[in-house]
Amino acid sequence: MVALTINGKSHNIDVDPSTPLLWVIREQAGLTGTKYGCGIAQCGACTVHIDGVATRSCSLPVSDAAGKKITTIEGLAQDGKLTKVQQAWIEHDVPQCGYCQCGMVMAVSALLAEKPKPTDKDIDEAVTNICRCGTFQQVRAAIHAAANA
Amino acid sequence: MNFVPKMNRRSFVVSSAAAGGGLALGLNLPFGGPDVVRAADGSPEINAWVVIRPDDTVVIRIARTEMGQGSLTGLAQMVAEELQCDWNKVTTEYPTPGQSVARKRVWGDFGTGGSRGIRMSHEYVRKGGASAREMLIQAAANEWKVPASECGAANSVITHKASGRTTTYGKVAEAAAKLEPPKDVALKDPKDWTIIGKPLKRLDTADKVTGTMKYGMDVQLPGMLCAAVKDCPVFGGKVKSFDAAKVASMKGVKKVLQVNDSTVAVVADTWWQAKSALDALPIVWDNGPNEKVSSASIAEILKAGLDANDAFVGNANGDAKAAIGSGAKKVEAVYSYPYQNHACMEPMNATVLYTADKCEVWTGTQNGEGAFAATLEASGLPANKCDVYKMICGGGFGRRGRNDYVTQAVLIAKQMPGTPIKTIWSREEDMLHGSYHPVMQAKLTGAFDKDNNLTGLHVRLSGQSILAYVFPQNLDKGKDPLTFQGLMPQGTEHAFGYSVPNLMIDHAMHNPHVPPGFWRGVNINQNAIFLECFMDELAQAAGQDELEFRRKLMAKHPRNLAVLNAVAEKIGWGKPAPNGVFRGLAHMMAFNSFVAAAAEVSVTNGNKIKVHRIVAATDPGYAVNPAQIERQVAGSFVYGLSGLFYQEITIKDGRVEQENFDTYNSMRIAEMPKVESIIMPAGGNIWGGVGEPTICVAAPAVLNAFFKATGKRIRSFPLKNHDIFMA
Repeated sequence: MVALTINGKSHNIDVDPSTPLLWVIREQAGLTGTKYGCGIAQCGACTVHIDGVATRSCSLPVSDAAGKKITTIEGLAQDGKLTKVQQAWIEHDVPQCGYCQCGMVMAVSALLAEKPKPTDKDIDEAVTNICRCGTFQQVRAAIHAAANA
Repeated sequence: MNFVPKMNRRSFVVSSAAAGGGLALGLNLPFGGPDVVRAADGSPEINAWVVIRPDDTVVIRIARTEMGQGSLTGLAQMVAEELQCDWNKVTTEYPTPGQSVARKRVWGDFGTGGSRGIRMSHEYVRKGGASAREMLIQAAANEWKVPASECGAANSVITHKASGRTTTYGKVAEAAAKLEPPKDVALKDPKDWTIIGKPLKRLDTADKVTGTMKYGMDVQLPGMLCAAVKDCPVFGGKVKSFDAAKVASMKGVKKVLQVNDSTVAVVADTWWQAKSALDALPIVWDNGPNEKVSSASIAEILKAGLDANDAFVGNANGDAKAAIGSGAKKVEAVYSYPYQNHACMEPMNATVLYTADKCEVWTGTQNGEGAFAATLEASGLPANKCDVYKMICGGGFGRRGRNDYVTQAVLIAKQMPGTPIKTIWSREEDMLHGSYHPVMQAKLTGAFDKDNNLTGLHVRLSGQSILAYVFPQNLDKGKDPLTFQGLMPQGTEHAFGYSVPNLMIDHAMHNPHVPPGFWRGVNINQNAIFLECFMDELAQAAGQDELEFRRKLMAKHPRNLAVLNAVAEKIGWGKPAPNGVFRGLAHMMAFNSFVAAAAEVSVTNGNKIKVHRIVAATDPGYAVNPAQIERQVAGSFVYGLSGLFYQEITIKDGRVEQENFDTYNSMRIAEMPKVESIIMPAGGNIWGGVGEPTICVAAPAVLNAFFKATGKRIRSFPLKNHDIFMA
């Protein structure tokens, strides 16, 4: 049994403790906004926040997340109100296929929590997610818009 | 001539049979009839394309696949334009291939590749909207007992001008659905468009930022199990044996099974359990006849083709051989382009519920009817007992046009009837079993007269044919016309953009065992590098400005010239660049669109390229949604430049060596150049594509700028093999 707190909700999950957090979020908790892209922490599609830190959940054993505060894309909006980042994403029509975008939004949300007015260099260093559709131009514009909202 | 690949023969036959021989793509105009057809929620169909709910919501049916390229929104815009409905009340849904077949292919082609989603369906979807509008107006006129000609519609409201009476689409939809559709409808003059041509936001964004969009990967069914698969890593190999007992007791494992000759699967409660058991499963492979093939051995075969006597002629005029033989100056260069994988963000997957009586599939596919045909064949059930529910795709780029993963998933589910099973490929499986961008080499030879006029050009391609593998029935007496994308004769959708007095473009076909497939742009990518880098080489050999040299050969290619001039002007060609910044150009015609790019780069230490800026011009004839076109242009550059700098699939011992993004890299935001798009639709009778054409011009523009910066001409790719990287 692993005790997890995901988006403020407690889960006691019967799972092999070495299972990557990503798959527990998707398969046991049933939250499918967090995506599988590579399984080796390269692409960032699986990014969640663990105690506020952007973390690639595909490469973290679930046991390491026990007792910590896990936030997934589904937990960003509060009472149905989207965050500034999500609103900026809609305003700038950022996603194309969208598969990587939840991870992108999570990475950016963590960046803005740490650096509310990031420079382009800050963005380049913090947002290393892969997007095969190539939405980066809109991603950058939306980050600045969210920072200034 | 139209070189868009036809539906594969098998699915054609299946569909024809299922439609009772009534298959007539584009001939059976897909309009309604006196019997009201109802959507799942009971709302009436006005016709196959338009459902109107009582609350005035307009549901527009989209047969083509949305995989990020934005066609779902663009197609809806085209229906809505003619329907004259309130855009804010528009929503969309996918019809299923099974429904389409049952209704004599009322939605036409589902295939979404070759940049054809919009350009190949614009007329009939607009007619669908126009016909529905006429029926709705007629229904209101009938109610008011006035001639329809006295009524008009705008924003989903119908007005009788003389009396000022109004009603809404939702109120008359039931009556309209019972009317005979008009025999013919006139389409609006493009100058009157108010929805087509506008930079409207996509219709599918909100769910993509909250995690609620459901991709194939996210399908959940009651009682569902998950499967992980392993196909023999060596193409052409088979399963010899596997020791199921070794993993049968692992937690969650339900079944270990052989899927087909070459594939083994583990089915478990969760995918992670299935994958863990599969990784632990001892499998013995029979590697078959290809286990000694390597990238080097493939390259040797292609190299021989550069000078082979036999080759398929793709485009020729005059006598190139004689002109080259008698030229005052000759320039020759050999280029090569590697295998590349699509690496869609969402690995291949399909969920299947098979019972003795029915087979249902949920999957992201670019070829809904192909997936349907694959389902019929793998399940052994007839068309009226199968269906495919298309999911939004997490990328496609051509990979999801091949439905091998659907076949596998059905074969797995068939061994566990009554249990829904989601089959997911690991990223490693996705890398090892792609439909790869084919490998190609080229030898280009140009000749000048004593006055430095280009008198002859020979482009010899040597490499792999996609059609020979995917649609051999579409070969033209053995020739694969698609190999010549961007180099074809005038009047085709991939026409060569220069006039050269003596020209020969030919292809020595060599087909290694590695399965090739369509890959965003596919052959325009390497053909643009070959041609447009060589054009710079020729200009430089003749001591001429690269733009002026091209212009002299483009007098008969005004739309190529227009896009080239547009980027040259905007980048400031001929004017001083910022200190340390160098420029390069390229252009191409592909999928009936004309595209050009001008890049600005700087280079540090001779090997770190910073691409600062790319100006891109696109003339697709008609620009349905300029905002989405801009995104396709910039996005295609990410895909194309990732290929140029980083991506190569290499073969060792008959199998792919790269298994994940650590050895198959993709550009990140830090490397993204500023992309400035010029969208300059010229109109006319022919609509061009958007998803693919621009991809091909970024690479040669950057390479030409790199040469200007360093004097180094790179002719084999990716650039990482030359220790050249993106800054």
